[in-house]
Amino acid sequence: MAPHDLRRPFKRPAISDQQRRRELSLQRQAQNRHDAQHHARRLASTLLFLQPPQSDPEADPEPDPEIAPEPESEQVASPSELDVREASKLKGAQARKWFARQLMLPEWMIDVPDQLAQDWYVFARPSGKRCFVVSTNGTTVSRLRNGSMLHRFPSALPNGARTRDASGSAQSYTILDCIFHEADQAYYVIDMVCWRGYSLHDCAAEFRFFWLNSKLVETGAFDPPSQYHRYRFSLVPVYNCDQSGLSAAYTEPVPYVKDGLLFYNKHAHYQTGNTPLALVWKDENCSQYVIDTDSKGQVPSQQQVVLELQDNGNLTTSDEPHVVFGCLDGDFMQKSGLCSGNLLRFAISNGGLSFLDGKLEKADLHYLGKSNRARAFADSYSKVMFQYMARHSPLKVDDLLASISSSIEQENKPSDEEMVG
Amino acid sequence: MAMEVTQILLNAQAVDGTVRKQAEENLKQFQEQNLPSFLFSLAGELSNDDKPVESRKLAGLILKNALDAKEQHRKLELVQRWLSLDNSVKAQIKACLLKTLSSPAPDARSTASQVIAKVAGIDLPHKQWPELVGALLSNIHQLPAHTRQATLETLGYICEEVSPDAVDQDHVNKILTAVVQGMNASESNNDVRLAATRALYNALGFAQANFSNDMERDYIMRVVCEATLCPELKIRQAAFECLVAISSTYYEKLAPYIQDIFNITAKAVKEDEEPVALQAIEFWSSVCDEEIDILEEYGGDFTGDSDIPCFYFVKQALPVLVPMLLETLLKQEEDQDQDEGAWNIAMAGGTCLGLIARTVGDDVVPLVMPFIEENITKPDWRQREAATYAFGSILEGPSPDKLIPLVNIALSFMLTALMQDPNNHVKDTTAWTLGRMFEFLHGSALETPIITQTNIQQIITVLLQSMKDVPNVAEKACGALYFLAQGYEDAGSSSSPLAPFFQEIVQALLTVTHREDAGESRLRTAAYETLNEVVRCSTDETAPMVLQLVPLIMMELHQTLEGQKLSSDEREKQNELQGLLCGCLQVIIQKLGSSEATKYVFMQYADQMMELFLRVFASRSATAHEEAMLAIGALAYAAGADFVKYMPEFYRYLEMGLQNFEDYQVCAITVGVVGDICRALEDKVLPYCDGIMTQLLKDLSSNQLHRSVKPPIFSCFGDIALAIGENFEKYLMYAMPMLQSAAELSAHISGADDDMLEYTNSLRNGILEAYSGIFQGFKGSSKTQLLMPYAPHVLQFLDSLYMEKDMDDAVSKTAIGVLGDLADTLGSNAGPLIQQSVSSRDFLSECLSSDDHLIRESAEWAKLAISRAISF
Repeated sequence: MAPHDLRRPFKRPAISDQQRRRELSLQRQAQNRHDAQHHARRLASTLLFLQPPQSDPEADPEPDPEIAPEPESEQVASPSELDVREASKLKGAQARKWFARQLMLPEWMIDVPDQLAQDWYVFARPSGKRCFVVSTNGTTVSRLRNGSMLHRFPSALPNGARTRDASGSAQSYTILDCIFHEADQAYYVIDMVCWRGYSLHDCAAEFRFFWLNSKLVETGAFDPPSQYHRYRFSLVPVYNCDQSGLSAAYTEPVPYVKDGLLFYNKHAHYQTGNTPLALVWKDENCSQYVIDTDSKGQVPSQQQVVLELQDNGNLTTSDEPHVVFGCLDGDFMQKSGLCSGNLLRFAISNGGLSFLDGKLEKADLHYLGKSNRARAFADSYSKVMFQYMARHSPLKVDDLLASISSSIEQENKPSDEEMVG
Repeated sequence: MAMEVTQILLNAQAVDGTVRKQAEENLKQFQEQNLPSFLFSLAGELSNDDKPVESRKLAGLILKNALDAKEQHRKLELVQRWLSLDNSVKAQIKACLLKTLSSPAPDARSTASQVIAKVAGIDLPHKQWPELVGALLSNIHQLPAHTRQATLETLGYICEEVSPDAVDQDHVNKILTAVVQGMNASESNNDVRLAATRALYNALGFAQANFSNDMERDYIMRVVCEATLCPELKIRQAAFECLVAISSTYYEKLAPYIQDIFNITAKAVKEDEEPVALQAIEFWSSVCDEEIDILEEYGGDFTGDSDIPCFYFVKQALPVLVPMLLETLLKQEEDQDQDEGAWNIAMAGGTCLGLIARTVGDDVVPLVMPFIEENITKPDWRQREAATYAFGSILEGPSPDKLIPLVNIALSFMLTALMQDPNNHVKDTTAWTLGRMFEFLHGSALETPIITQTNIQQIITVLLQSMKDVPNVAEKACGALYFLAQGYEDAGSSSSPLAPFFQEIVQALLTVTHREDAGESRLRTAAYETLNEVVRCSTDETAPMVLQLVPLIMMELHQTLEGQKLSSDEREKQNELQGLLCGCLQVIIQKLGSSEATKYVFMQYADQMMELFLRVFASRSATAHEEAMLAIGALAYAAGADFVKYMPEFYRYLEMGLQNFEDYQVCAITVGVVGDICRALEDKVLPYCDGIMTQLLKDLSSNQLHRSVKPPIFSCFGDIALAIGENFEKYLMYAMPMLQSAAELSAHISGADDDMLEYTNSLRNGILEAYSGIFQGFKGSSKTQLLMPYAPHVLQFLDSLYMEKDMDDAVSKTAIGVLGDLADTLGSNAGPLIQQSVSSRDFLSECLSSDDHLIRESAEWAKLAISRAISF
């Protein structure tokens, strides 16, 4: 037992650079592993929302170089993302198409789905601009359906303002599906696409609405506007689509101007583009805009539709698969300087639409001209049909209520029998 | 044979190599033929007073080596071997050993003491040899002095060898009684007293109960304090060592004695011989260590649940302690800065002063400043050096508000001294002090900068000039530059104040690396390390200059690989240089690889660089291997999928690294590089996976490999699975059972100490990262059902981790993520299983409301994935 060495480090940094190199390597590896894990969990799939469309100077008049984040070089995109990343560099109409595809677009309700009471939610749609709101890296941006920017502002959403919010990485983003309501300058949140970097695309509406309710309240997004929170966010009351829920959505007063009712299937995922699992329905009582108006705000005497011209001259809706409304001959196309991909405006003339076995057989179309260049899509089949029905034999709220009560009766019958048996 | 043993043992120490070899061979044969008889012969030899001391000592040494080894696996083998020996043989061996303690030959006694401790180290934890302590202590008072001395020495070794819980309190009491009596002033034999004092040092860890008893503690403390006054220097020194050990083991019991101890230590520092004075200073350094730990842990707020309160002993002693230490600073030795092994009272005093500054903060400043002001301009270099050292020592601890005004005044004085002071010692300390200023008072976190537009030019000019000074001064100047650069590390992509000097600094550092005398005082290493830091903290504007460094450093590395026919000394230096150059390239790769713009240009060197790294593997130096491997990992990360072209050549070195059990650091780093490669190559790594997996599985089952490598190996399974997806299928049958049994072992570890808990948590984290990677790898594949059979166990593992309540935040985060990954990949198939698990309810909801945002993030992901899995 010799005396113990008591020498202490003298005039030396406590850590050697070699040890430092080792630790920095380990840190880098851990970070890379973490990124790979995130990537695998598909949390990075909507990363590209970060980039504003450099393409559309009209829509984005004041690009702010300080705020607009450069994409991180490490975030190498996978092939599936590359498509989207490239899409964000698209110009004009194509850019608008791409951005529009990020939203779930309800079909118009042309018949009443089964199990409305069991499987659906209903809520009154606020009147205003449908947009998605993205918060990340200390700023919040709202974009309209056509991809143009509505506002860039600080908000209480996660990473939505340059405040010291220690929770979560600053790069993670939150994406809300909203309607901006002019009258009270508020964003009404109707759905949640992404929360703190977690994609909710694959979650059922039931879960998304639950998440929306429980998460948003924690952020202070519902607070009145302040320096770091320029616009108030609000939720809309969502009801189970039973008799009382439907009546409430239809008649109960809300702080916003209603524009029809939205129906969401509880089990449906957030599917971008047109989906029959979300439906919109309107009548004069709950919307000022039941029948489409023209650019001057007048209801035209004849219903107008926008259709897409295909290679073979077919005129189709925006649906996948397309529904064919008619056909142009080559001569006419040549004479009018039209080519495939053009969006064309037609009036439905007196011959109207005729059906055979529930399928469109013939449409009496009258060519008006090319559509407004701001349009990204042709009309959907359900929109044309809803408008057509609105002019001729509208689906009434009583029809919806009746369908709910009849389905309840049907459901009760067999159970009665069982109890007897 | 027994008759010949003596001769063989003597021959084994013969000068003639042939004789020696023959004897060693004989011993080996004997051992292999009949181990019990062999060991007994050795014990007999050791105990036989008629035999020569040389053969007895060697017999004891071989016996000792038959019981213990440095390598963990070998040690375990030896323990098992001893335990399985026939009891009667063991009893005979033990009897011989105990008998030897009475031998008149001091070497034989001392050897026997050590062997007895080794046997006790095995036997006591296994409840064998319960009569040992009794046998040692019976009749101790009647024994002759030399036997008492040997007995006490044996007790000391036993306490060093055995963990306290293997000895029952009754025996502890007996040992302490004997030891403290042996230390007492009434013991007239100094050898006995010294042995007893040294034994107490080792026995302190056993004395928890006795230190909790006021009477016993008072008695022990009185005896220790008295022993510090013993006329015999070695006893005083050993007694102070006991005080040092008490200050860290029983800090919370010191209060009643601190005034006395202060007087004793102050007297020793002033008057006693250096070995004793050093221990006296060490006592206060050790008290500082304790108080720094306590204050750091509790931030100075004493709540009811903090175990040990801070008694502020240092703060109370400050007015007397500081002047006492300042006096020691004047007792420098000439040339202590050139001597690696130097340790003297001035160095110890300065070090203690630095610790005091960290303990008490601002309060130290007014006590030190007058000393500095009085001495810093004196003609005697000792006074100038002591003043400078005092200033450098107090730069860590006090608040910037207090220090910055002083530093602003001192800075230009120091720069001048570094240029003009005639004394090397003063210059060395001055450069070191500048480094401390930059380390602690320069950086983006500080509001008022000490380095400004107006003085930066002068600072850099002086430091670069000083790098031409003698090696020890130049090395400190490099160190100062290191911290100067580090202070600008947050500059990011904006402009760095260092940018205008970048070229000049790099040039100067490269010049230093080429100095003839760069091998002295660590100078070359310091220059490369500073270069690394300058590169790390550089900004975009100097990227082209960093790029220019690449071919330069590559050329240097190339030259080290060309040297032929080197002496072993030269080769060692060469390997060291290779390590430094690989380290430098690694830093550059990481820097340039992190930005798309520079990466593109830099990658033109990748082929040549890779070739050089592969050649480094031809050397046998572990450090060089490690550095080359780290650099290759960084290169793989930068190169991405392109790295695949290096794989055919690189693969065998990768395998070599994974097989390097001896230098486990190399093995650990290679495992990390496998992860880099998986992420870079993704499914292109597949052709190499059979080999890699085989090696990793071998590593895991080896008991030779250092345990710290095992957690990263598990994580690496996850990296591989994530890269190759469902192709991991063929490894499932090997990897899963390993993960499963490791998981079971790591789930419950009741009663483990902090180290064990920390290790277990890192193991758990590795296992969980493996599961995470495997589940995510199979996601979306048609083969997910292959994972179903493992799901119950994984969930059970998560549940038991949750129940144990001893995982750290990192494990919680990974664990809850695995729950999500499992749900995500297995979907509705695992729905019912998931719903049954505790983790999916209680653990998940705990994590969802965690304060740690990373845990919350993972938990939210898990919640999402589960909701998807059970909603279908």
